[in-house]
Amino acid sequence: MPVNEDFQGREYPPTRGYVVSAAKIREFAEAVGATDPVHTEAASARARGYDDVIAPPTFAVLIAQQCDAQLITDPEAGIDFSRVVHGRQKFVHHRPLTAGDDIIGQLHVDRVRAVGAHAMVTTRTELATRAGEPVCTASSTIVIRGDE
Amino acid sequence: MSTAWRPVRVCADVSVGDELPGTTIHVDRARLIQYAGASLDRNPIHWDETFAKSVGLPDVIAHGMFTMGAAVTIVTDWVGDPGRVTDYSVRFPEPVVVPYETGADIEVTGVVTARDEASRLVTIELTVTSEGVKVLGKAVAVARLD
Repeated sequence: MPVNEDFQGREYPPTRGYVVSAAKIREFAEAVGATDPVHTEAASARARGYDDVIAPPTFAVLIAQQCDAQLITDPEAGIDFSRVVHGRQKFVHHRPLTAGDDIIGQLHVDRVRAVGAHAMVTTRTELATRAGEPVCTASSTIVIRGDE
Repeated sequence: MSTAWRPVRVCADVSVGDELPGTTIHVDRARLIQYAGASLDRNPIHWDETFAKSVGLPDVIAHGMFTMGAAVTIVTDWVGDPGRVTDYSVRFPEPVVVPYETGADIEVTGVVTARDEASRLVTIELTVTSEGVKVLGKAVAVARLD
């Protein structure tokens, strides 16, 4: 199998933190075509009851993929990144990511299984503020292609 | 989509089977490079044709996460507040192939498949295709309405 099966159930230490900025939210919103002013105008966001501009629903991937990199680049895991395909993605938002949030991510390897010559790995990143408030759970399944 | 304040959609006004206004998203290499920079996903399969073909792809392909992020805008525009999306999940059955000359179009439609008056949560299923091929599978968003 093109990944170390023993990694199922593994947890990585919390990351050192990612500060969500209004500038990054704007760039990301423009890139996906999200034109709602809550992403770009603090006044619009406050009118909706948020403290500052909020991120689009898939922005969390930016932080989650930095967490996933701990597994992908872990030599013990044995993953060849050039053989990785994104299979599934899921977000559960407890509240929207907001400019100014200082976010810590913790990566969990929930499942490792073989599918023929390939392997499917499901990871879950729990994103929370430094103060411990849960913000988002991002789950990702990658497929690592084995030898055909 | 100006700065005009829009009310959030009211759950009582929504029925199962309601269709969301659909959209067509055009994607070309410039768009993918913009997304690569914004998302920090700089994998060359999304912008370097020579590299993409060397790993067995037909051409440059869009980031699956670009398609996921762009498709949900029909939900957030319909809901009236992007912060109301509580769950969003997809599968990536086939890539969006993005030729240099023409780019690609991604067609997005959505329909309300469930509605709970007590929690004001509605479930929306998206259909997302490019060149007639389904590029997102089991694409489901849940949002809390007013």
